[in-house]
Amino acid sequence: MTDSHTIAVTVNGVRTEKSVEPRLLLSDFIRHELMLAGTHVGCEHGVCGACTILFDGFPTRSCLMFAVQADGHEIATVEGLSKGETLHPLQQAMHDSHGLQCGYCTPGILMTMSAFLDSNPSPDEHAVREALSGNLCRCTGYQHIVDAVLLAAERMRT
Amino acid sequence: MKPAPFKYVIARTLDEALAAKAEYGDEARFLAGGQSLVPTMNFRMAMPAVLIDINPLTELSGIKANGVTRIGAMTRYRMLEADAGIGERLRIIHEALPHIAHPQIRNRGTLGGNLSHADPASEMPAIMLALNATLYLRSAKAARQIAARDFFVGALETVIAPDEMLTEIVVPHLPANSGACFMEVARRQGDFAIAGIAAIVTRGADGTCTRARLTYCGVAQTPFYADDAAQSLIGGPVTPAAIKQAAALAMEALDPPGNSHADPSYQRHVAGVLTRRALATAWART
Repeated sequence: MTDSHTIAVTVNGVRTEKSVEPRLLLSDFIRHELMLAGTHVGCEHGVCGACTILFDGFPTRSCLMFAVQADGHEIATVEGLSKGETLHPLQQAMHDSHGLQCGYCTPGILMTMSAFLDSNPSPDEHAVREALSGNLCRCTGYQHIVDAVLLAAERMRT
Repeated sequence: MKPAPFKYVIARTLDEALAAKAEYGDEARFLAGGQSLVPTMNFRMAMPAVLIDINPLTELSGIKANGVTRIGAMTRYRMLEADAGIGERLRIIHEALPHIAHPQIRNRGTLGGNLSHADPASEMPAIMLALNATLYLRSAKAARQIAARDFFVGALETVIAPDEMLTEIVVPHLPANSGACFMEVARRQGDFAIAGIAAIVTRGADGTCTRARLTYCGVAQTPFYADDAAQSLIGGPVTPAAIKQAAALAMEALDPPGNSHADPSYQRHVAGVLTRRALATAWART
């Protein structure tokens, strides 16, 4: 029999307590226990980036952590990115620049690149592409995502 | 895939962690950044019965410089990237970091976890070998130090005993007039290298090379130290001819295993080209 642990996690600013089995991945905890299905699961070995969340403010693969490790920590998921009906500038720019097609990779990209823009308000294209390198997109060819990030950066500066 | 069930033990102090490892031995793995361990668990290539989470051990995290640079085993890659002192004194580490996976992985991955995992394709084992680092191991009963050169035994194998933990990495600073360079070739940014090289050379007062180290990742079962090639450089200036000869010696010494993206002869070729480029760059930086 496996043991279970009670964890207290702050998710998008709201503190929750749950009991989890140690082997439960943080990605599955977010989707199946918290019912926040915006965080997507792609490869489950840290390559595709679809499951990227912010863990204590840093973009992190939620498929490479266990839920039990989140005890006492803060998580941000894509559901917390907009302010009500007002999209985050990066979400708006992704929409305006056609930065998504099927949308499967989009939550991971939004979490990665919104944190990137917070610490890099004036990135060039090279820096954007490097920051984006850990997120696979099979639809767009990336060009429109890069356009969106640069557009969001410009809008966020003004 | 999902990981097999395991018992989770959270360590609040180093003593607690070492006591747990002494108790569970081979059955247990330390959980540091988890960026190599968790994928292998997701694939059930690794099924440890116990995970000892050492993330609360802030005492193992940090970078100190006093003649040497001491890096705690739980220091995350992002901390190394952000450390200006590393950039100044051990620039080759900064040069290699962007090649290690992706920012999200580097936010979590730790130097000690990486070295303990001992993936032969990984960059830091080769860098630590080139820098002649000393690794500090602890168990509940004893402490010992081991040179990076004696640490790696095989693919994913080190000399760490079942009751031991790598706690600290001590890196000596390079002599004056040294130049270092890290380069690798991978299919995509962040992928495992087809071949990678760390080259370090020192220029003496008379303009000749007095010290040279050449190490490789991705081309053998452990990080590879090209002794003869490095020795061939000592005593003369690092001219294009000397570089060519060293690269030829390195290629001769290498016996790469090949992988799905590169057969052994191509890996050897890439290693030779990288040797020439990295040596020329390192020498120019002396």
